[in-house]
Amino acid sequence: MTVIPGSRRRAKAGGGIRGGEAVAGWLFTAPMMIILGLFLFIPIVMALYVSFTNWNGNGSPFNGGANAEWVGTSNYTSLFTQDGLKRANFMQSLNNNFWYVLFVVPLQTAVSFFLALIVSNRFLKGKGFFRTAFYFPSVTSSIAISVVFLFLFANSGAVNAVLSAVGIKGPAWFSDSRGLFHIVLGWFGAGDNPGWGQGLVLGRSVWDWLAGPSVAMCVVIILAVWTTTGTFMLMFLAALQDVPVEVEEAAMLDGATGWQKLRHVTIPMLKPAFFLVTTLGLIGTWQLFDQIYVMGKGAPANTTLTPAYLSYKQSFTSLQYGSGAAMSFIVFVLIVVLTAFQRWLMRDKDVKPRRRFGRAAAVGVATQGTGTGGVR
Amino acid sequence: MRRNTTLALVVAATTSLALTACGGGGFDEGAKPQQSSGPAKLQILIGTSGDAETAAVKAAADTWAKKTGNTAEVVVASDLNQQLGQGFAGGTPPDIFYADAGRIGDFAKAGNLYAYGDQVKDAGYLDSLVQTYTYDGKLQCAPKDFSTLALVINTEMWTKAGLTDADIPKDWAGLETVAKKLTSGKVTGLVVSGEWARLGVFMRQAGGWVVSPDGKTVTADSPENVAGLTEAQKLLKAGSMKYAKQVDAGWGGEALGKGKAAMTIEGNWIRGALKNDFPDIKAKVVELPAGPAGKGTLLFSNCWGIAAKSKNQAAAVDLVKSLTSVDQQMEFAKAFGVMPSTKEGSTQYAAAFPDDAAFSAGGAYGTGPVNVPGFDPVMAAFNTDLEQLASKDPKTILSSLQKNGDAALKGQ
Repeated sequence: MTVIPGSRRRAKAGGGIRGGEAVAGWLFTAPMMIILGLFLFIPIVMALYVSFTNWNGNGSPFNGGANAEWVGTSNYTSLFTQDGLKRANFMQSLNNNFWYVLFVVPLQTAVSFFLALIVSNRFLKGKGFFRTAFYFPSVTSSIAISVVFLFLFANSGAVNAVLSAVGIKGPAWFSDSRGLFHIVLGWFGAGDNPGWGQGLVLGRSVWDWLAGPSVAMCVVIILAVWTTTGTFMLMFLAALQDVPVEVEEAAMLDGATGWQKLRHVTIPMLKPAFFLVTTLGLIGTWQLFDQIYVMGKGAPANTTLTPAYLSYKQSFTSLQYGSGAAMSFIVFVLIVVLTAFQRWLMRDKDVKPRRRFGRAAAVGVATQGTGTGGVR
Repeated sequence: MRRNTTLALVVAATTSLALTACGGGGFDEGAKPQQSSGPAKLQILIGTSGDAETAAVKAAADTWAKKTGNTAEVVVASDLNQQLGQGFAGGTPPDIFYADAGRIGDFAKAGNLYAYGDQVKDAGYLDSLVQTYTYDGKLQCAPKDFSTLALVINTEMWTKAGLTDADIPKDWAGLETVAKKLTSGKVTGLVVSGEWARLGVFMRQAGGWVVSPDGKTVTADSPENVAGLTEAQKLLKAGSMKYAKQVDAGWGGEALGKGKAAMTIEGNWIRGALKNDFPDIKAKVVELPAGPAGKGTLLFSNCWGIAAKSKNQAAAVDLVKSLTSVDQQMEFAKAFGVMPSTKEGSTQYAAAFPDDAAFSAGGAYGTGPVNVPGFDPVMAAFNTDLEQLASKDPKTILSSLQKNGDAALKGQ
């Protein structure tokens, strides 16, 4: 960024060859800004306003009156401090969604990376077929896939039929509300609801917080991993094809084994792609809605309830639009915070000068490629 | 510096634009909307049970439209509650709609209903229905029809187990005996859905209910309710009663149809379902056994809600009057098995369908769903707890219902 001295002053004065640039810039971006503003920014500001009222859906939320009184931040604080059904449901939905994110994001990243490695292999035959096959779930409607899963995982469905063929009695997938960790702990005889788990955190016992995803939620996790890997595979594939062949050859000349090449060359070079995939994954998984809407609406025992679905229900069936909007803004803040944390976690640790001279040449070349474009 | 001010300016401008635009004329406001004159165009939003119901309502609306020179369009909702919520919030609700008895409080409290009860209350509706649709001392809407719960028995299994008409349970002890006798192998004596809308009958038979009759206090943790749920738990523990989910069925009717249940507790709709899906099953409907406090059942119903924002309220009331006339209600009864909401209609129904007399008898002592505003999530949480009734103490379940109900009543 070199600034020519004086150029700024000239632009300000309105003369010179760059004089009309600002106006042209605004003009060219105007259509997009108007569309975004009208359909995204303004509605968000309106929803933010609604979250500070107790609007019941009757009349305009901006006129005040009995239908939309200004209640300050009580919609937000009551979700955390007021003991009751609303807080219990909201905390459970956050808890459910947390386990969902914790399982889905690493799994979908790992699986899609693995698939991308396979289909970018130079010696694989029928590449086109495999790429299409892996991408197929991503282009199918999530509603249609959810319905298919309902049949697959029914008590007497295909999955349980396969399991029973090998002598395992499959669970009643959609009506089993036991948490995964509770089940595993049960195998080792760690008691049911032990004394140390009785403490209440935000109205929910520690034992419940640590339950893990319920068996029903596990089905949703499997479904999410299966449907999203295709898209992310495509991103990894694009990034993989950007890795220069020379770098790989250099690594091979230096005597790197296949695993070393993957660990020290390919993965570091794909860091931007990993950041993109995990960020998109994180944002997408916290907004889980359509699968839940189709596959049981929170049942069994609220263990598949998510903040997005709860917010919808709170608004449109309980007619409490204020607290419904508040829920969605809390999730919004949560996503922003988590993404910022993730960005900090995956920040470039190599930017300090002169550190990379100590390493092998191949690695040096490899990291140079990502050094500047890493976390943008 | 300069860029920051510009950005701030843009943000401020759009924000104020958003707020003023919507505060101004975006939504129409006012106690009563301008009523339109001339032929009315009515929109009717229904949540249908099937093609038979849709066709019957359409035919009835068409007849009225032809007679009066107005038009009436019937729209079938895929998710009635959500579509109504959206219509109310958007300011363009349907003129007439099915309103579930349990949601009346929510709708009325938000000012979405045009309470036209005074104009139609001479039609002679059943007292239990009038009470169900009364909120804030006013009859909010005209009851459309109703159904009640009764004991449905698979007669083949009944006779096979050596039981006769004399064994039809009159009290809880009798129910326990026959349920046990009918349980063998893959057949469970009694299969019900694990929700308040079925298990609530035990609470009613013990003399309790979730709220007091005037709907002003929550009475969930009363000893009567504990007794009712304890009886249900006893049956569950004995294995002579199971939830539909446990036998891989969606509801009691399916369990009965698939031969997994000898008895179930269901409402009028089971007739149509059995006829369509399981035509070979022979079923008999009897009144539910009485508990310590006498007979008790639950009653489900919809009413014809009219939107407070409708521009054609007079025409809408006229249409509702024609839809709730005894003759029209008997047409509906014949088409899709619901019971007329008037006393006169009830008598005609019992005469026309003697096999379903048990259902219409329930109209006299049935209890409608809780219509207190904000109770929808409370009852949903109660259902979640009831799923675990076999292993959970009824007192714990009811005390959390009491806690949640109290909070909802206070409007929290």
